[in-house]
Amino acid sequence: MIEVKDLTRYYGEKRAIHNVSFDVQKGEILGLLGPNAAGKTTTMKILTCFMPPTSGEAKVAGFDIWDQPGEIKKLIGYLPENPPLYGDLNVLEYLDFVAKIKGVPSDKRKNVISSTIEKAALGDVQKQVVGSLSKGFKQRVGLAQALLNDPQILILDEPTIGLDPRQIIEIRELIKNLGGEHTIILSTHILPEVEMTCGRVVIINEGEVVAEDSPENLTSRLKVSERTVLEVDGDEKTIQSIFDGFGEIQKIDRMKVSKNNHLRFTLETSSDIRKDLAQAVVKKGLGLYEIRTEAYSLEEIFLQLTTKEEVA
Amino acid sequence: MKKTYAIFQKELRHFFYSPIAYIVIALFTLIAGIFFYLYLSSFVEAAFMDMMRSQQFRTMPQKFNINLQLIRPYFWNLALISLFVLPLVTMRLYSEEKKSGTVELLYTSPLSVNNIVLGKFFAGIVFYILMLIPTFIFMGLLFIYGKPELGPVLSGYLGLLLMGSAFISGGLFISSLTENQIIAAIGGFGLSLLLWVIGWAASYSGPGLSSVLNYLSIINHFEDFAQGVIDSKNVVYYILFSTFGVYLTFKSVESIKWRS
Repeated sequence: MIEVKDLTRYYGEKRAIHNVSFDVQKGEILGLLGPNAAGKTTTMKILTCFMPPTSGEAKVAGFDIWDQPGEIKKLIGYLPENPPLYGDLNVLEYLDFVAKIKGVPSDKRKNVISSTIEKAALGDVQKQVVGSLSKGFKQRVGLAQALLNDPQILILDEPTIGLDPRQIIEIRELIKNLGGEHTIILSTHILPEVEMTCGRVVIINEGEVVAEDSPENLTSRLKVSERTVLEVDGDEKTIQSIFDGFGEIQKIDRMKVSKNNHLRFTLETSSDIRKDLAQAVVKKGLGLYEIRTEAYSLEEIFLQLTTKEEVA
Repeated sequence: MKKTYAIFQKELRHFFYSPIAYIVIALFTLIAGIFFYLYLSSFVEAAFMDMMRSQQFRTMPQKFNINLQLIRPYFWNLALISLFVLPLVTMRLYSEEKKSGTVELLYTSPLSVNNIVLGKFFAGIVFYILMLIPTFIFMGLLFIYGKPELGPVLSGYLGLLLMGSAFISGGLFISSLTENQIIAAIGGFGLSLLLWVIGWAASYSGPGLSSVLNYLSIINHFEDFAQGVIDSKNVVYYILFSTFGVYLTFKSVESIKWRS
């Protein structure tokens, strides 16, 4: 549905994105993940034909961003980083204006607007002036504007920013439900959001794509070494002697659990040693309270990828 | 067309939902009213003095032409007030959209640049017409208590409208260049004033240049209208001027969209 190839964009001398490429299939929800100023917004602005890239190509629903921006604009709903609101119109007037410029025929306009209001849960504030709404409601009006007329493709720049936790869950549910029929690209720097809503993630840092995969695959791909967490009750020397018997252990982190004086170790090992380790601990007569492997969270992957540290 | 109308409608709403419209109209009416009062009282005073004099010296009273001595300079005056006030109307037409980020909505919606620019331009013109309406009252007073000719009044208003649309197109262009409304207002005012005074420079320049400068001067073309003459040359000048301003706005919007 969306093909992006080698997009590069400069603002004057400053490079915003460099050779960004990715594809989005129909019905897929793609998350663009990256720290602030990574180039997420720039990529989105290019895809929505707000501005052209310095070089590179992109096709949205088969239409080229250079040659047929008009066709693309008919198909997309776009929520910019700052919702594009007219502060002095009320919610209904605002959505009416959006419906008009999106070319919704006048006989359908009323239905389209009321169903959008329902989707974005704006019923209570529809007569209120947009400028007087709270940040969360403004964000929802912005989202309503993007959803209006049920566009095939949704491009959402940080859709849950400024919302309270309950609203965030609602919006995520809404986005999830929209997937399947709609193709969605959303950007965020909030990792759980990607894990919860997106089928695939593109991580952008300093204008370049550093990783692209499903959230699960990204986690497993980067899990080059196992991490085992072990909680035991016993003295350190004995435990150390147990560890000495395992050649697979590469790194040991020790921590005291203050509550009950247990010791908690985080071991990085080359293979899964849980079974043998558990047996060894029990044989020495120590209390084994917990033993588990730990996956890298997306957060850690993100940090690893974006801070250019060697993968531990 | 429908989309141009949607933009047009939205712009007019903005004018009247914000205090700007009321302040601008009130200001314009106030200043226009003060000038009307001054012109009228000096006209009446001159006529009265002449009558006294004619009685004293037993001569025929002079003929006082209200069209020539009141309406004509008054239209000139309205043109000057418009020059000062119109930048306040045009300043926000584009700058505000850029400042608040709503250009992102406009540029990513299936709208052509034409829709946007023309919608805004015509909203400016309609607002100007609404601004002129209170001055009809002043003119009406003249018709109630005197017998002015109607023709020059109508041609004067036509001239004001044409000249106003030229100012608006220029102001819209300046507004499309910046996201700062103050700069847009000052720039629009500067541009209008420059085109106004350019004719003055004509008297100090050589024959070739002076005719060019005279032609360019925005007020020179207005004088005929104020006198009651609708010359196609002047109509064409204002229409060309407005078209050029709208065209420049169009280009400036396009270049912002495609500047890389």
